[in-house]
Amino acid sequence: MIAALQKIGAISVFFGRILAGIVPALARPRLIVHQVYNAGARSLIIIMLSGLFVGMVLGLQGFDLLQRIGSEEVLGIGIALALLKELGPVMTALLFAGRAGTALASEIGLMRATDQLTAMEMMAVDPVHRIVVPRFLGGVIAVPLLVAIFNVIGLYGAQLIAVQQMGIDAGSFWGQTQSAVELDDVTEGVIKSFVFGVACSLIAVYEGFHSAPTAAGVGLATTRTVVTSSVLILLLNYLLTAFYL
Amino acid sequence: MVDDALLTVRDVHYAVGARPIFAGLSLSAQRGKTTAIMGPSGTGKTTLLRLLTGQIHPESGEISVFGADPTKLQRKPLYQLRQRMGMLFQNGALLTDLNVFENVAFPLREHSKLSEGEITERVLGKLQAVGLREAALLMPAELSGGMARRVALARAIATEPELLIYDEPFVGLDPISMGVILRLIKEINSRGGVTSLIVSHDVEELAKIADYTYLLSGGKVVAEGTPAQMSRSTDATVRQFIDGLADGPVPFHYTETGK
Amino acid sequence: MRPNRALEIGTGLFILLGFVALVFLTTQLPSSGLRIREAGVYRLSATFDNIGDLKQGAPVSMSGVNVGRVTRITYDSRQYKAVVDVSVDSGYDKIPDDSDASIQTQGLLGGKYIALTPGGSETYFKDGGRIGFTQSAIVLESLINKLFASIADKGKDAAGDAEPAKEGAK
Repeated sequence: MIAALQKIGAISVFFGRILAGIVPALARPRLIVHQVYNAGARSLIIIMLSGLFVGMVLGLQGFDLLQRIGSEEVLGIGIALALLKELGPVMTALLFAGRAGTALASEIGLMRATDQLTAMEMMAVDPVHRIVVPRFLGGVIAVPLLVAIFNVIGLYGAQLIAVQQMGIDAGSFWGQTQSAVELDDVTEGVIKSFVFGVACSLIAVYEGFHSAPTAAGVGLATTRTVVTSSVLILLLNYLLTAFYL
Repeated sequence: MVDDALLTVRDVHYAVGARPIFAGLSLSAQRGKTTAIMGPSGTGKTTLLRLLTGQIHPESGEISVFGADPTKLQRKPLYQLRQRMGMLFQNGALLTDLNVFENVAFPLREHSKLSEGEITERVLGKLQAVGLREAALLMPAELSGGMARRVALARAIATEPELLIYDEPFVGLDPISMGVILRLIKEINSRGGVTSLIVSHDVEELAKIADYTYLLSGGKVVAEGTPAQMSRSTDATVRQFIDGLADGPVPFHYTETGK
Repeated sequence: MRPNRALEIGTGLFILLGFVALVFLTTQLPSSGLRIREAGVYRLSATFDNIGDLKQGAPVSMSGVNVGRVTRITYDSRQYKAVVDVSVDSGYDKIPDDSDASIQTQGLLGGKYIALTPGGSETYFKDGGRIGFTQSAIVLESLINKLFASIADKGKDAAGDAEPAKEGAK
């Protein structure tokens, strides 16, 4: 319990150091671009594939459910809301934690283990500014964009099933969806994905930066990154949903 | 000996948990000289370097580098102090996402106001000095251990620091690389103006380059003197260390509360 | 920094893709979003006494085939009527201009949509046309109210209830 409190405190202090480093880091946009590539572009394939399959399975299950109560025409609404508000942000953030979060943690952990961070300190360069902040910002920028891509692909996947396989009219699928989805629903999803992006990136850079300087320490840091981020994402998701409803 | 100390450590105590690492350590490094710190593994040689560079704080005692106490400085003056030092890490600690050229250029890009042309000239000059000018575009992963340490040395001297600190510069090198590093350190020292501090347990190598040596054991300096004085010493600990004996004052068995 | 064009292009592409997705979600999906005026459609409008819960984006169909959708719903405070603008795919350009528009329900409790029933005219609707004949939504609650009222009127005879109830809804 006390250990958990201590960790929350330590992460908060670290978060403060990162925030203080954001403005100086903006003077080096190339470093950030590099990290947006690492965090975002490299996660693109897994996000797109997952989005497609999640959308398709929603199409199948949703159609089966709605057919039983004779309301197939609301399929599009159900899927759009499920993707925008819950599945898009949560699934993307979980995948991001597994793909990019672990990569970040092990990269920084390895720098710790091979004295690179200490060497920077010795060269009077703050590794938080040079290493941590650009990676954090890269993640924060990448996640909301990944979520948006996941959602669009998911909707497309669902439409593919609904129209091609279930014979729902494409115009009615989109028309119904557009009639029920509000801008607030979209905004809620975007806010969630931003919060998850901050949480995932923070946990990954924290665990990497504070890993024990050994091979085992790096391994432990990546495991902790996945476990902590996943739980945190689901917890934050519950809190945000409760707040919005 | 004329006292012109660039670096002094006075009666420093430091412990990790209940295990004392230093119990009243005192030593100094004279300006323009090469000072060696020897000791068996686990005597806290690396810890000493961390104290000197302000990464950790002693429980008591005084440290002075360039006339300032690095353990009492705020971040900014501490960083300014560190800019006057160069450090060679045991494993090189090259930044793995930058190539050799950029690694050597790194401290210059971060701190100096040099133009791109001046940086290129300086970096290639330093790489030339360590014989790796041709390797400028390689990545650290493509280097052998000895090459990596030479690049790290080029990086340490890129800013032309007043104080150079070497952490175990000879560990894990083949005899040829060792010879190269040794020659490079000698060259750097002979140019004058540079104060060097070498932490190592390679007695023979240190004897070739050090002006003055300290032998650490049990958290204290147990012997000091020029390499010639040390090799003539009759002190039991000094003899055990220099002659590499298993039995002697330094215990073979590990004990919980120190050695 | 090592200049790395492939990396920068990749990043640019990713950001572009992300923003396109984001813009699509915020403007094309929600009913309140900006909608780019679609090409290949023509517009018609119709007035109704009561549109029930007809919503923007609801489909417009003929004989069950989707031909367009509702683009805007406004209230005309002089006529005290709802004005519904619809867009119809220009592929369906042979709709007689005396056709009838009625608001129907999909499934038992599904959303409302507009059904067009062709008339017999030789001339067809053009862009900006008005649908003259309309039939309001059947509101389930008022239907039930009428039903109970007529049960009370006619005593225990429930057989004839359906007719007056349907008329009352019009």
